[in-house]
Amino acid sequence: MSKNPEFVKFDKVDKSYDGKVLVVKDLQLDIAEGEFITMLGPSGSGKTTCLMMLAGFETPTHGEILLDGNIISNIPPHKRGIGMVFQNYALFPHMTVYENLAFPLRVRKVEKDEIDKKVDKALSMVSLSGFETRMPAQLSGGQQQRVAVARALVFDPAVVLMDEPLGALDKNLRESMQYEIKHIHESIGVTVVYVTHDQSEALTMSNRIAVFNDGKVQQLSNPAELYEKPVNSFVAEFIGENNTFNGEVVDIDKDKCKVKLANSEILANPISVKSKGEKTTVSLRPERALINPTDKMDNMFTGKIEEVIYHGDHTRVRLNLLGSSEFILKVPNSTSNLELKVSQDINIGWNSVDARALDPK
Amino acid sequence: MSSETKQILTTDGIPLEVSLKKAEKKNKIKAFLLVAPLLLFLVITYIFPIGDMFMRSVDDRMVTNMLPKTFKAMEKWENLEELPPEEVYRGFYEDYKVLVEKQEHGKLGQRLNKEKNGFNTITKRLFRQIKRNKIDESISIKEQINKIHKRWRNVEFWLAIKRTAPPYTMAKYLKGMDMYVASDGSIAQVDEDRRIHRILWLRTLEIAFFVTLFSFFMGYPIAHLLATLPMKYSNLLMICVLLPFWTSLLVRTASWMILLQQQGVVNDFFVMIGLVGDDNRPEMMYNKVGTYVAMTQILLPFMVLPLYSVMKTISPSLMRAGKSLGGTPFVAFWKVYFPLTIPGIGAGCLLVFILAIGYYITPALVGGASGTLISNQIAFHMKTTLDWSFASAMGLMLLTGVLVIYWIYNKLVGVDNIKLG
Repeated sequence: MSKNPEFVKFDKVDKSYDGKVLVVKDLQLDIAEGEFITMLGPSGSGKTTCLMMLAGFETPTHGEILLDGNIISNIPPHKRGIGMVFQNYALFPHMTVYENLAFPLRVRKVEKDEIDKKVDKALSMVSLSGFETRMPAQLSGGQQQRVAVARALVFDPAVVLMDEPLGALDKNLRESMQYEIKHIHESIGVTVVYVTHDQSEALTMSNRIAVFNDGKVQQLSNPAELYEKPVNSFVAEFIGENNTFNGEVVDIDKDKCKVKLANSEILANPISVKSKGEKTTVSLRPERALINPTDKMDNMFTGKIEEVIYHGDHTRVRLNLLGSSEFILKVPNSTSNLELKVSQDINIGWNSVDARALDPK
Repeated sequence: MSSETKQILTTDGIPLEVSLKKAEKKNKIKAFLLVAPLLLFLVITYIFPIGDMFMRSVDDRMVTNMLPKTFKAMEKWENLEELPPEEVYRGFYEDYKVLVEKQEHGKLGQRLNKEKNGFNTITKRLFRQIKRNKIDESISIKEQINKIHKRWRNVEFWLAIKRTAPPYTMAKYLKGMDMYVASDGSIAQVDEDRRIHRILWLRTLEIAFFVTLFSFFMGYPIAHLLATLPMKYSNLLMICVLLPFWTSLLVRTASWMILLQQQGVVNDFFVMIGLVGDDNRPEMMYNKVGTYVAMTQILLPFMVLPLYSVMKTISPSLMRAGKSLGGTPFVAFWKVYFPLTIPGIGAGCLLVFILAIGYYITPALVGGASGTLISNQIAFHMKTTLDWSFASAMGLMLLTGVLVIYWIYNKLVGVDNIKLG
């Protein structure tokens, strides 16, 4: 059975709440069957609105949403057969774990034996067998979260939506739940649409990530590409850490351009600049700049250490470089560690291919 | 093991336990002193009056104190089918003489007459004989009294005196339920056409029940709207719900009188739209309809507020979850939302019911003859007949009824399930 690459389709969807501002603008998004796609963005970027439109709690102002080729804009939520995990879990507090899981099956008039079997299976999937008779209030946050996931999956929906499901958990639990949800997705192959504002969560879990800002998808690609090759300065800023230089293109050819900064020039990789004279923001990942590089690199500068912060697995070094005192370096803490001292001058180098000249901020 | 059993001492050598108790005692005294004014207030204004009411309602010491020798002698009266022995007559005569001296004999006559009709006449006859010194104490008192009136020769009258012996009586409570102690000591019902109290009790329950029901069906949607509307609209609606609270109860009842009377606004409107003829205006006041309408309106906020405070805490995502899991809007409401509002329903219904069951002013003003409640009857006895002990007895019966309802509610739903806010 071939996977449908347009299993869920947002077709030119606009959404406005007040008739004045569009919170979602001309959204065009295809989600493949069995894919784990994450909508990532700052709050107010329209990602949750998209999820709510897919779930059926909001209607698009314009455009259509298709599920497996059928227009679903006029189908009420309870007939869409889409599972959903809510931000605060939304477990029914007056029902036991079993009754919570049985709810979607009971409303579908599933036989009692079948319900027992499915609830059993779903609970063992989230490793909560034996918790059937507990009330949600008797469970820890992580356990409630698992019950919510199990409940969204127990009726075998084609698509599961997750609206910042891990937001209320502490850091360690959040990380282990990320892997757990990812494994569940891999083992049952359901299509997952996941909404979060946490970029590391998105990078860890997703097949593809749609970065939302200002009601638009800024970039839609797999995690590696999103991190390594951001297409604009918003994505570069939003995903991971970033050193930026604002300047003007003074020379450009196919894969290199020269950018003039306040009082120096650097070589960069022209991504969204086309011609001389354009303003640009050059983005460079902190781990791509090396101290005392042994290889030949086409950008070599000397900076002065302003601050050294020990982070356990790595050390963050803030430099005064090229007129900016916000240049960040990440130095792995290995046995051959360098002596890094404040006010020391060090040599820094990076390849022009890693310095991406993007649209100006 | 030894370390566990060893007494732990504080640094200055006092056992830790003693030291802890000492430290906590101070806090306990402080806490008690803080609540003491309220406690005192409650004792004075609540517990003491209820105790006093109870004493009043069962108090029957008047005769007991008036006829001490009679009742002492009656202990030897064994065959109750026959007239009492000479000692009883003599005791009664001596007691009565004391009362005559104190000029309290009239009271006794009235009291005994309540117990059995006809006493007034024969005690007055006895009084006259004593005044004229016609009674010779050296010969049998029994024969002399028996000669005064034939009723003194009737054992029923002596039994009636005996019945008044105990210092306490349940007669007022029985009267509240249209029952009385018959002359043979058994409990009997009053004639059917005189059973007014039982009708009142039933009507009170009926009106309280329906007022609760109406307030629930009207209050639930309002509370839901209040809890789900955006702030700026819900505040306005809240003010509309609370507005009656800020208006005097009398003013509200009076305005209902203006609205509901036969030449009133509502009737005028009905005539105007042709619903009823001008010569055939329905009576909406001085009957149950008036009581229902006015009481429901007045008690509605007591239903809405607890419901609202519970609904406010129910996350809207629960309904969404119910729908996204495949429940129709009705199923999501009935299986998810409604069960979560039960604590509010319980609190609201209990509050409205208990308030309604003891309601007084509104039924008194708009209720007329068929719309008055037991509390109006209590007030009648407090103010008009001045039978305070009967009013107290009915008040306590009402209180007991409320406690029983509370108990049943606790059994069915559980009081810890009530949420007022």
